[in-house]
Amino acid sequence: MVPEEVITMADKELQVREKRELQADAEQTRSGLVFTPAVDIFESEEEITLLADMPGVPSDGVTIDLQNDELKVAGEVEPQGSENETSLVREYETGRFHRHFSLSDRIDQSRISASMKDGVLRLVLPKVEKAKPRKIEVKAE
Amino acid sequence: MAVIRWKPGFFGWHRDPFAEMHRLRREMDNLLATHERGIASTAGVFPALNLSEDEDNLYVRAELPGVVPEEIEITTKENNLIIKGERKITTEGEKVSYHRREREAGSFRRIISLPTRVDADKVTAVCKKGVLTVTLPKAAETKPRQIEVKPQ
Repeated sequence: MVPEEVITMADKELQVREKRELQADAEQTRSGLVFTPAVDIFESEEEITLLADMPGVPSDGVTIDLQNDELKVAGEVEPQGSENETSLVREYETGRFHRHFSLSDRIDQSRISASMKDGVLRLVLPKVEKAKPRKIEVKAE
Repeated sequence: MAVIRWKPGFFGWHRDPFAEMHRLRREMDNLLATHERGIASTAGVFPALNLSEDEDNLYVRAELPGVVPEEIEITTKENNLIIKGERKITTEGEKVSYHRREREAGSFRRIISLPTRVDADKVTAVCKKGVLTVTLPKAAETKPRQIEVKPQ
């Protein structure tokens, strides 16, 4: 028989995933490493929501650029630690974030909202309201 | 797809022997570049950590985006630091459909043995903007001490 604890402990353990370095989709004019953030993108009838992991990015370090159907998300990071520290072990690197997406729906630019919490960007892109099919009632005389 | 005529030449069937050499060299360069940056393998345990020091403290840092500070538990035992926690991703309602799902949820636990003795009572930890910083003050006996040379 399986003890009960084993069943309750069956939740997933996180695995290390190396940060993905951006494979030059645009030439970089500044030095430094660039990473592509991991994202979740989901859609409801009214809006598209994008969540991006961007640790170390302050809320004023985020740039969102939407032109036509092209969405660009970028984040500038604050340095981790001060300059007089000596590194002993380095398992990850830091650098700014950049990723771009193409959107299929029309977005209402004026209602886009973005927030940053615990290093996660939440970007809500409301869709432009389409002409809904309207049912026309035929009145009986 | 482009169709290229198969032309056996001096170097066998390669179209351009130099192109092949350039490709190899580029690959080697990339390999060396990663090595030179000094990235240690993570031993496969989440989270990846950076460890640094200054005169007074050791600093352990990890990127934990989306992990609320209340879900992180930090303990020291002998000269080990244990970082434990869980990353939760809330469900976004049933009516949504996903295009991408790259962010993962789950629990983690990692133990690091520290290179110097630390003052366990004075360890502090902050998690800001998804970056965890644990500051571990070095034990007094491990700090370099300057000895003054007195004139006679």
